[in-house]
Amino acid sequence: MPEQLLFAMEVTLNGLMAGVLYALVALGFVLIFKASGIFNYAQGVMALFAALTLVGIMDGQIPFAHIINAIFGTELHHFGWHVPALLAIILTAGVMVVFAWLVQKFIFSHLVNQEPIILFMATIGLAYFLEGVGDLMWGSDIKKLDVGLPQGINDWIDITTFEVFGYGFFIDNLDISATIVAIILVAALIIFSQYTKQGRALRAVADDHQAALSVGISLNFIWVLVWSIAGFVALVAGIMWGAKSGVQFSLSLIALKALPVLMLGGFTSIPGAIVGGLIIGVGEKLFEFLIGPMVGGATENWFAYVLALLFLVFRPQGLFGEKIIERV
Amino acid sequence: MKLTTLAATALMAASPAMADLVFPDLSYRTGPYAANGIPFSDGYQDYFTLLNERDGGIGGVPTKVIECETGYNTEKGVECYEATKGEGALVYQPLSTGITYQLIPKVTADGIPMHTMGYGRTSAKNGEVFSNVFNYPANYWDGASHAVNHIMSQGDIAGKKIALVYHNSAYGKEPIRTLEELAKKHGFELMLVPVDHPGQEQKSQWLQIRQQKPDNVIMYGWGVMNQVAIQEAANIRYPMENFIGIWWSGSENDVLPAGDRANGYKALTFHNLGDDYPLYDDLRKYVVDAGKAAGAGDQLGTALYNRGMYAAMLAAEAAKTAQEISGEKDLTPALMRDGMEALEMTEAKMAAIGLPGFGPEFKVSCQNHGGNGLGAVAQWDAEAKSWSLITGYEGSDQDVIQALVDEDSAAFAAEAGIEAGCK
Amino acid sequence: MFYRESGDFSTTYAEDNQTFPIKFDRYRYYAVLAVAFLVIPFIINDYWANAVFVPFLIYAIAAIGLNILTGYCGQVSLGTGGFMAVGAYAVYKLMTAFPEVSMLVHVPLAGLITAGVVTLFGLPSLRIKGFYLAVATLAAQFFLVWLFNKVPWFYNYSASGQISAPERDVIGIIITGPNTEAWAKYMICLIFVTLAALIARNLTRGSVGRKWMAIRDMDIAAEIIGVNPMMAKLTAFAVSGFFIGIAGALFFSVYLGAAEVGESFGIDKSFLVLFMVIIGGLGSIFGSFAGAAFMVLLPVFLKNVFVGLLGWPTDLAAHLQFIVSGGLIIVFLILEPHGLAQLWRLAKEKLRLWPFPH
Repeated sequence: MPEQLLFAMEVTLNGLMAGVLYALVALGFVLIFKASGIFNYAQGVMALFAALTLVGIMDGQIPFAHIINAIFGTELHHFGWHVPALLAIILTAGVMVVFAWLVQKFIFSHLVNQEPIILFMATIGLAYFLEGVGDLMWGSDIKKLDVGLPQGINDWIDITTFEVFGYGFFIDNLDISATIVAIILVAALIIFSQYTKQGRALRAVADDHQAALSVGISLNFIWVLVWSIAGFVALVAGIMWGAKSGVQFSLSLIALKALPVLMLGGFTSIPGAIVGGLIIGVGEKLFEFLIGPMVGGATENWFAYVLALLFLVFRPQGLFGEKIIERV
Repeated sequence: MKLTTLAATALMAASPAMADLVFPDLSYRTGPYAANGIPFSDGYQDYFTLLNERDGGIGGVPTKVIECETGYNTEKGVECYEATKGEGALVYQPLSTGITYQLIPKVTADGIPMHTMGYGRTSAKNGEVFSNVFNYPANYWDGASHAVNHIMSQGDIAGKKIALVYHNSAYGKEPIRTLEELAKKHGFELMLVPVDHPGQEQKSQWLQIRQQKPDNVIMYGWGVMNQVAIQEAANIRYPMENFIGIWWSGSENDVLPAGDRANGYKALTFHNLGDDYPLYDDLRKYVVDAGKAAGAGDQLGTALYNRGMYAAMLAAEAAKTAQEISGEKDLTPALMRDGMEALEMTEAKMAAIGLPGFGPEFKVSCQNHGGNGLGAVAQWDAEAKSWSLITGYEGSDQDVIQALVDEDSAAFAAEAGIEAGCK
Repeated sequence: MFYRESGDFSTTYAEDNQTFPIKFDRYRYYAVLAVAFLVIPFIINDYWANAVFVPFLIYAIAAIGLNILTGYCGQVSLGTGGFMAVGAYAVYKLMTAFPEVSMLVHVPLAGLITAGVVTLFGLPSLRIKGFYLAVATLAAQFFLVWLFNKVPWFYNYSASGQISAPERDVIGIIITGPNTEAWAKYMICLIFVTLAALIARNLTRGSVGRKWMAIRDMDIAAEIIGVNPMMAKLTAFAVSGFFIGIAGALFFSVYLGAAEVGESFGIDKSFLVLFMVIIGGLGSIFGSFAGAAFMVLLPVFLKNVFVGLLGWPTDLAAHLQFIVSGGLIIVFLILEPHGLAQLWRLAKEKLRLWPFPH
């Protein structure tokens, strides 16, 4: 096979893997939007916050040490213990549940029935707030996140493809684990929403929240639930991205990678988030590979958006979005 | 209007008495580059604290550091500049190429010197055009030349393919012109690989490198881009000893997340690393143990802490020089500028400070605000978790660089209507 | 008592049609203008100009522009940063290509160029609505930033891709470059703000503005009563682009003096201006000013309180600043989703009766 074609295949495969990582972030957006109509810009910061909390718990960091030291003149930094990864993940998930409850209690229960743009702005305010709290709690230095995920080139794929094609493909082990985790996560979400009582209630609220309210479903509970799930999805995304780049401020910017995925897949569709993620991942990587060198590279940031925009011109509600029916 | 009046009172309360030697520290302890800004600022402040605690300041006049948070944001940088310049600020060190470009015209108009050590506008080396801007001891273009020289020292460079992985911003684009000239001169092929801010996702770039197989990779990165690039390089099993970063891609933060796989990664530097110097004993004794450290006190000896401390040391030495040539103890920005222009760093001077062999020797003059452009290569030892110099301080290809400096500064002079010449 | 219609009789059509039909409003407006033009220029210093007034005035223009698009016409845009960059680069190319032409010509020209570009990016709005459109404008944001970073022609082939404003004057008074006096910077921005606000106010209360609002409230219904949605949406994009372009041009040439596109006109800027519009009040010119003032003053104020008054470490202050700004935004949205302009409206209602509520 010609070399260029092999390269393109390798790029496509890696694009698929990157797409899974984008989809992981986009999932959190979709869950909240579907259930409550809130376009949650803070999803990226939630991922950062969850990852910071996870690292902080694992390393036994004392939260708010910096401000405590500044006020009381103490020299506190660490508890001096190390928490195993699994326990820390469970504890962090607990923190995200508390966070979900606080968000619902103090913000969105006061903003019921507001226009979508107001809700959107509130989540940006929330993003600022959470960013400040995260930094204040855990400090703004770079933290290494190691929950024991394998990293680096997958030798088996490298060797096998080398034997078949004469060129070894590069696939990152971390991406493979991310894909597996994403599949498990989506399967769990589907099982949850199809076969549990709360899951059915969740779908009912997503369908029509007034009707759901009238049959006795507590909207407040469902919204806390959905924010908790989104918090957990953010934690998973934070772990995957944090393992790649260390946990620090820029982690919150992965939200920007998820937006074109949402546009393309539709704000209300979980399969849309996944398929959208894959299309964006492959599209931007292939474009960078084929056209990028001709126009000077670094096209990925905007190409994802332009690709999604092109899709939208033909399907204004996204690939899997609910058809927009307008009445006058 | 209530807000404005409150802000006004806050401002009035904030202005202190003059007469100290004021060194503003435009730091960034928040935002995307906080991890790099924190150790630099700690080093910068701790050195001045040490001078105050141990020697009572510089020439008997206490120093005073005013910290102002910029968040690496140009607008906040301008605000910080305007807020601190009225307090007798002697020299600005913004640690951001973006803020530097904002401040070049402003400091020139206000007559305050600015020192951009290893960053900022490279052609500011030409002091005849940039009267108030200094960028000794080395600049971006020197760095590009150092990297190429280092590659040449390891074998014939002609016909090789060298990739430049760069932050797609003003900073990252700086070395391109120099490298293009050097490629022509030495006959190597240059491959440009831009990475967009923030650089969280670099799969395409490193796949490109894996497929094109460049013999060497030079990186001009900053912030999270560095960690991801080094991880991805390790992922594709790019040989680390062929991977050279500029000094801004050479801190512990950048290599630690990749763990053992970063072993052998190289970075340029214009000062020494580690904490094996007499001065560090004093720093521990007078500053850290006395509870006066700017940060947590755990950064001593890291690359960026050392750089911040080195920047402070050069500023303090320039202030001493200024006191010597003017005979005045209380300095003005104009005197400080003259001091910086007359600064000469010798081995004897550094040894007297307690930093023998810490930086290169250089001499500043009106024609040359950039020092001698000496730099060294450091290599990361993942086992020991430390950097060590593997070369001495070596020169850069001034034939190529000086021509570019002259060309760029002449263009600036024409654009801004500056008449080149020494005062 | 103070704010009342009674006793204020219009005897001509012109009087009835004037911008501020109520006397109190009118005098208040004259008083603000008098202070802005006749008092502040004489007392302003470098700090106040560069940290507060100039950014406030420039952001006010940008906020007016975005408010026309989002507040009056209902099209959410997150491309403001990129559109400001168009204005900035347009004025830079014009300044350097035609140095002899006055800045008073270049800045509106840059606005016109931006209007063209924004209209082009407004085309998808004919098919895409709501958040989908908001995210689509991000395509413009990222593409424009990439373009200005990549094509050397835009930054006159300078080594690093930075653009810096050369010195230019208007009737002998230097208004760009490092030697500009604080009051000159302030005045040039003030003149443009005043004009922009006048134009915007009169556009929005005329037939064009009413068409925009019809589209915002219900585009299908508007189409049925005879509003051409394409024309209405595209004019909103064009007018909005014109103001945002002027804001971008002033932001670069007068305020910053040097700019790098990704840093100065990134996505943060888009969010910042959108915040101003929402905090100030959608669909209100006054709201644009109030929002801009709030978002410019708040960080400066918080910084001075935390660092200046309380003497806290700067990083703590910066973190707290994030927390306080985020918190305040949320509190504001909860207490008054219609922004500062609504508070002002309520205050006026109160003033009408005060001090005799019955």
